Amino acid sequence: VLVNQFLLLAAVLFCMGVYGVIVRRNAVLVLMSIELILNSVNLNMIAFAMANGSIDGQTFALFIITVAAAEVGVGLAIVLLIYRNRKSVVLDELSTMKG
Amino acid sequence: VVAQNIFFGLFAAVMLIGGFRVVTTRNVVHAALWLVTVLAGAAAQYILLAAEFVAVTQVLVYIGAIVVLLLFGTMLTRARIGQEGDLDNRRYRVGGILTALVLLGTLGYVLIDHFSDERLPEDPTVFRTADVSDSIFGQYLLPFWALSFVLLAALVGAIVLARRD
Repeated sequence: VLVNQFLLLAAVLFCMGVYGVIVRRNAVLVLMSIELILNSVNLNMIAFAMANGSIDGQTFALFIITVAAAEVGVGLAIVLLIYRNRKSVVLDELSTMKG
Repeated sequence: VVAQNIFFGLFAAVMLIGGFRVVTTRNVVHAALWLVTVLAGAAAQYILLAAEFVAVTQVLVYIGAIVVLLLFGTMLTRARIGQEGDLDNRRYRVGGILTALVLLGTLGYVLIDHFSDERLPEDPTVFRTADVSDSIFGQYLLPFWALSFVLLAALVGAIVLARRD
């Protein structure tokens, strides 16, 4: 089994996530795209852990999963707050900081 | 090895279709459900890579908690669930596709250039969950503590942000 097939799969998922972050207007969908990106990194970590016969990759993957959970919690709280104040989660309309 | 390749292809196809639908579907709830297929496919790949503890954690934390959170977020931030007109920003679509393709080309070139002949070991070192815990609570104890505080701060912060007062 090649290492590369896992790495290429992760690369394609990563690019899909980047596309989603750029194109989506709904804040919740952007959060989902970020989850895609984090998952592709995790897949890389596990693949390298297996390829190098080392446990560190699995440990890092668990840490990344934890950080992702924290990120989604805070992110959704912020999205809820924006929705409560602006009645919208469309990212283009949040242009107060535009010069 | 052949069986491993077949299952890799199967799960990879599921993940690619799911990921594509997550970023293209016109329905927020469907996007969350497609995300579940991607996450489950990733968990299956972890099992193929002999990381069963990470796979179980992936199912529990991602599918069990994060997707549910996302669905709650969807529910709380829009009045009606169903088809939504403009989930995409059309102005950015060409730029987004270009960025993704350039990134994919670069990543693909580097990966194929550097890892094309590297194979997974035929009889890999098998790590048990005890080894994972030894690693987390041994070598990586300090990052683990830091991460505990990150999680605590994030949860307290989320409650403070989201509560109505």
